Amino acid sequence: MMGFQIVVLWSDVLIWLLVAAGAGVGVMIAKNPPLLAAWRRVGANRVGMASATVLLAFVLIGLLDSLHYRAHLESKPGQKAVFAVEVLSVLDALAAPLRSRNEKTYSAPFATRLYAKETMDVPGQGTVRDYPRLKHGGKHLGEREDEVAEDAAMTAFKAGVLAFVGWLGVFGAVAAVNRKKSPNLKLREAAFAWDAVLLTLLLILVFAVPLFWLSGQYHVFGTDKVGQDVLYQILKSVRTGLIIGLVTTLVMLPMAVLLGIVAGYFRGWVDDVIQYIYTVLNSIPGVLLIAAAVLMMQVVIDTNPQWFSTAAERADLRLLALCFILGITSWTGLCRLLRGETLKLRELEYIQAAQAFGVSSWRIIVRHILPNLMHIVIIALVMDFSGLVLAEAVLSYVGIGVDPTMTSFGTMINNARMELGREPVVWWSLAAAFSAMFILVLSANLFADAVRDAFDPRAA
Amino acid sequence: MLAYIVRRLLYAIPILIGVNLVTFALFFVVNTPDDMARMQLGVKRVTPEAIEKWKVERGYDKPLLWNSEAAGLNAAVDTIFFEKSARMFVGDFGRAEDGRDIAREIGNRMLPSLAIALPTFILGLFVTITFALTLAFFRATAFDFWGVVLCVAAMSISGLFYIIGGQYLISKVWRLVPISGFGDGMEAWRFLILPVLIGVVSGIGSSTRWYRTIFLEEVSKDYVRTARAKGLPETLVFFRHILRNALIPILTGVVVVIPMLFMGSLLTESFFGIPGLGSYTIDAINAQDFSVVRSMVFIGSVLYIVGLILTDISYTLVDPRIRFE
Repeated sequence: MMGFQIVVLWSDVLIWLLVAAGAGVGVMIAKNPPLLAAWRRVGANRVGMASATVLLAFVLIGLLDSLHYRAHLESKPGQKAVFAVEVLSVLDALAAPLRSRNEKTYSAPFATRLYAKETMDVPGQGTVRDYPRLKHGGKHLGEREDEVAEDAAMTAFKAGVLAFVGWLGVFGAVAAVNRKKSPNLKLREAAFAWDAVLLTLLLILVFAVPLFWLSGQYHVFGTDKVGQDVLYQILKSVRTGLIIGLVTTLVMLPMAVLLGIVAGYFRGWVDDVIQYIYTVLNSIPGVLLIAAAVLMMQVVIDTNPQWFSTAAERADLRLLALCFILGITSWTGLCRLLRGETLKLRELEYIQAAQAFGVSSWRIIVRHILPNLMHIVIIALVMDFSGLVLAEAVLSYVGIGVDPTMTSFGTMINNARMELGREPVVWWSLAAAFSAMFILVLSANLFADAVRDAFDPRAA
Repeated sequence: MLAYIVRRLLYAIPILIGVNLVTFALFFVVNTPDDMARMQLGVKRVTPEAIEKWKVERGYDKPLLWNSEAAGLNAAVDTIFFEKSARMFVGDFGRAEDGRDIAREIGNRMLPSLAIALPTFILGLFVTITFALTLAFFRATAFDFWGVVLCVAAMSISGLFYIIGGQYLISKVWRLVPISGFGDGMEAWRFLILPVLIGVVSGIGSSTRWYRTIFLEEVSKDYVRTARAKGLPETLVFFRHILRNALIPILTGVVVVIPMLFMGSLLTESFFGIPGLGSYTIDAINAQDFSVVRSMVFIGSVLYIVGLILTDISYTLVDPRIRFE
């Protein structure tokens, strides 16, 4: 029997905590009519819902990649169980063919032969220099190497039809539920933008299903320098991007909210101290503060190798530390916004009335001020996400980002950028990383706009 | 006015002290000099003697804050804090790992940084304001809509893509300008044109969108309606009234980055091989040269604070309603 040992990385804990927090906030929203109305406006926004669907697909990949385990190694009976050093995730298990079918080095998308010529022994012909056949890409074709286009198109078409049939099922189910709930309303007239969601879902399915189907036979995005499938790297990068974008805001949120409200509410010397702290932190240019902090963190990690039992744990801790550092450098903006808004709120009559009744300051903050700041917090949360994903790529390029062994859009770009100098050009790794990042960031930006429009109509 | 500026300058001093303390804490308290020595000398198999020698060579062998062995004033002066941190206030940054004087190196590298950053800044401001004004002029039309769509798409593209793509297309495929490098005198423009162009293009998306919102906010104000009501043509309303008033928030918003132009850009300079402060910082990060990074953090903060003071002053100059209380 294949046993396994569950590994819980710190970032997994935080990501699932985030999912739980999201569910909790969902329940809270359902009980709060103004917030619910705002989210309904988001739900009615077609662009917003289409981008939310794309984001959800990314989140799904990220969550699958956040359940880690160590596989059981075969051992003689009676011996103590031994587990592999390599930490795998559920996504790795699902994409096992992608992970394990490595080539020798670069190969182009849908190629059947390697990118570089090699000296080979061919029986009967002696040694020749030619492009060697790939070990895995297009293996099923055998001798019919020139039929790649027909074969791939045929497979893609079949998978596409399958995806379409599957989508029809989803469409039918949604339409049926809609008819039951509001018999007189057509789907495109519904309050929730079902049409946008379904259309996006169709696009995702028709694109993704053939892609994954083909990835079992070819390297659809090619392979990189060490022969690893680029599609697999893209899938792994999604989790890194999501963690940077989400955990960072989670880290900075409590500090920004607490200090911002306290400074605005109590004013006086508390306000002075908090303003001093954030002016000082704000004065240090972000990249330089991050660089200094990451350098220092690297020293700590390198001088204490005994803390980590696997390389994955070390890379994970570095990722989290990066989130913390990014959080510490980016909380000041939100803090200032919240302070200003609290200054305004505390002069309003209902707060004055609560103070006159003798309600404690803490209670006023929690009951009366915090709920009225929620829209600013939510807008900041979604607006920051795309910027953080982009920042990760830049920081990893500069060498102060994630651990070099961790797959991320930044490390992919960093490894691939020198290859543009080759003849012929190795473009696929860069193109795939940039496209995936573009889709993720674009949908995050569009979703953020929809949220901002719904929560703060005058800023549109 | 003078009293106001002096007060602003005095206000900057505690902030600079704060920055100095933060960098000191980050570089000497979070990690001891021993850790840094081990990092520089290679983590494995380093003898205590080698660490001690490394520390003595760089003056890291002194106590952190208080030297109890020294007498009198020297107890506070003969310490790492005074030698390495406090002396940055007078422009003494010490030496880099390669033994060169950091202050002189910074002086040499400021001009190349400025040669890229200043044209990028001015040209970028001109292009984005023009674009944003055009969008605001054709507001609520298909042109405006697709313009905004383009902006959102442009700001979703990684900055790395602009640089890598631009270098590949313009320098490698079309062979119009050299891929990277830097020259003196009249030859310099051939090296500068591509980084400046890419810098401008990569900034278009987010800035245009931001300026367009400012213009649209201005469009809905009362004085604009008055101008239209008295029969002014739309172009005149835009250029004489809206543009001028919208420039106030835009210009005061960008004043803060002007001193930072000296620092250059990390990405652009390292990709294009410009011998400026940005590439200096990157090289220091890669070589884990702590004294250089520490100096750059301090200079960057000083320039930012100068920018803040300039912003305050520019507000009072541009908008007479603001008084120097």
